[in-house]
Amino acid sequence: MAGAIVEATGLSKRFGAVMAVDGLSFAVQPGEIFGLVGPDGAGKTTTMRMLAGVMRSDDGSITVDGIDVRAHPEQAKRHVSYMPQRFGLYEDLTVEENIRFYADLFEVPRRLWEERAAAMLTASNMTPFRKRLAGQLSGGMKQKLGLTCSLVHTPRVLLLDEPTTGVDPLSRREFWQILYSLRGEGVAMVISTAYLDEAERCDRLALLHDGRMVHCDTPAGLKAKMPGAMIEVAAAEPRRVRDAVQKLPGVAGVLLIGIGAHIHVDDAGRRLPEIAAALSAAGIATTEIGEVAPSIEDLFVALLENERNAA
Amino acid sequence: MFGRIFHLLVKEFLQMKRDKSARFRLLVPPVIQMLLFGYAATFEVFNVSTAILDLDRSQESRALTDAFVHSSRFRIAVPAASERDVRDAVERSDVQVGIVIPAGFAELLKKGRTSPVQALVDGTNSNTALIALGYVGQIAGSFGQDYARNLAERTGRALGRPMVSVGLEERYWYNPNLNSRWFFVPGVIGTLALITIVNLTAFAIVREREVGTLEQILVTPLRPVEFIIGKTLPFFLIGLLEVSIVAGFGMAWFHVPFRGNPLVLLLGTCLFLLAALAIGLLISTVCTTQQQAFSSNFFVLNPMFILSGFSFPIPSMPQALQWLTYADPLRYYLVIIRATFLKGVGLDALWPQMLALAAIALGLLTVAVLRFRKSLD
Repeated sequence: MAGAIVEATGLSKRFGAVMAVDGLSFAVQPGEIFGLVGPDGAGKTTTMRMLAGVMRSDDGSITVDGIDVRAHPEQAKRHVSYMPQRFGLYEDLTVEENIRFYADLFEVPRRLWEERAAAMLTASNMTPFRKRLAGQLSGGMKQKLGLTCSLVHTPRVLLLDEPTTGVDPLSRREFWQILYSLRGEGVAMVISTAYLDEAERCDRLALLHDGRMVHCDTPAGLKAKMPGAMIEVAAAEPRRVRDAVQKLPGVAGVLLIGIGAHIHVDDAGRRLPEIAAALSAAGIATTEIGEVAPSIEDLFVALLENERNAA
Repeated sequence: MFGRIFHLLVKEFLQMKRDKSARFRLLVPPVIQMLLFGYAATFEVFNVSTAILDLDRSQESRALTDAFVHSSRFRIAVPAASERDVRDAVERSDVQVGIVIPAGFAELLKKGRTSPVQALVDGTNSNTALIALGYVGQIAGSFGQDYARNLAERTGRALGRPMVSVGLEERYWYNPNLNSRWFFVPGVIGTLALITIVNLTAFAIVREREVGTLEQILVTPLRPVEFIIGKTLPFFLIGLLEVSIVAGFGMAWFHVPFRGNPLVLLLGTCLFLLAALAIGLLISTVCTTQQQAFSSNFFVLNPMFILSGFSFPIPSMPQALQWLTYADPLRYYLVIIRATFLKGVGLDALWPQMLALAAIALGLLTVAVLRFRKSLD
């Protein structure tokens, strides 16, 4: 694709008998947030590690800014930053010493990284903790420090593997603010996430399943691909709702959510009265029932179901 | 490249400076172990707990009893009134040696005949038993010789055998007093260095793997080989420091002489430390947690210690095990360190050991680096 900074073509990795990643191809533009979504074992982390150049792919090619990652990993690494679920901080070093160490490994001149680190620490409200040992930071602060460390050499590509797992909501919001401002600076980002509200914030999403890419589109485009419609039932006992409706004609699947259940149907206008009737026949009290726009989570469950039925 | 290794070194020393307990662990236990080994590890046998039963109750039997009592080798632990007492004492492990002087002992001596003395030895610890039995024989033998000479003089050679003896002049080279401390102290230096360096290296690298920092710094332009150099160089220096401290302490405290060329020992130490670093690195490639590293180290280090010739003589081992000892770097280092300390020989005598150590270090390092690269996948 023209202008892409990251290009993966036919990427494959095998672990024993399992194809962890199977013929994956995609391209990411500068200033784009590209999301990798899929169940555990779909190959998200393996893909990330191959992009980062810490794992060799068995097949396929990756280029970063035109550099072949397989052939010249050390050169490509200068432009890339990789932030895993748990950023590897030295807990017996201070915040500043950690930043300095990573800056040194990228051979960033002292004046430059000091300036940059100061700005980033201010942006993430970490300045008062500069002299604190990394081991004494909260989980959210550790991730923000990790992000600072991985950005200190101004990478053009940022790889984030479930970076906000186990991080409090406030830190997550600050985290995303930093990502948005990076997008404004033209940094390309590949992010995998287990939080589907975060997936919705991405510019494009790739749905992975068993190492293969099932769909790849913008969140709106993906939603348009979902066949049928979504009916939301608010009820005190979601499990009973599921049991009562999942065998009805036209019901493709039921997803339990906090307030009740999401029922995936072929035609909302036709199935809504049928479901309401079935629920009242079963004696299940509902507070609300109606058609809703599908969430990303509904979307993936529905798309994966299609995939499974096709297989 | 050198810049990145330097930055890694700076970080390592910063972490070390911060870890106060590590400094303590590096200096105090080795010195304590040196003291323990220096005093406890000895082949000599003193104060063997003994029961003596004198059934003869003669002047002669009392003289023999005194000879045992007054030697520093035996300590009379249990008074015995009957043969049963002696047997019981050995069975209960109250004594290791039971000596029975039978009735009629003096009678036979006076006639100039051989008079038997019974010794019961607890053979559980075969080494001590053998040495103790040797002392019993020595004391009884010299008592017999003295008595015979005396008897011959008193009876105008009518009784008592004329003494013919071969005089053996003994010269023990390098360690004239057969001080087993001189033998053990240099060995302890090598063993301690091996244990410290293998443990430090394996734990430090496994810790980086466990915490996730290893993967994190390998996505930087730092190459795996640069990581290995930056990570192991500090331990190499620590190894040299520890060998110097423990060796200096052993010389000052136990007065073990150093007769050789320090540079020869330095060369041998460097080669040996490289082999130890490679072993630690190899262990770190097969372990993902520090706990695994702990048990792996134990399984690797213990056989290396046993096969090294530290205390069990290699020529007495079965042939197959003797071949195995050739792969043990400690084996060669012990020869080098003992020879430089006690014999004062140089490279002209020690080149085979140096060559073997260099080959082992090179081989292990190659395998370790290759395995380390592979373990990153």
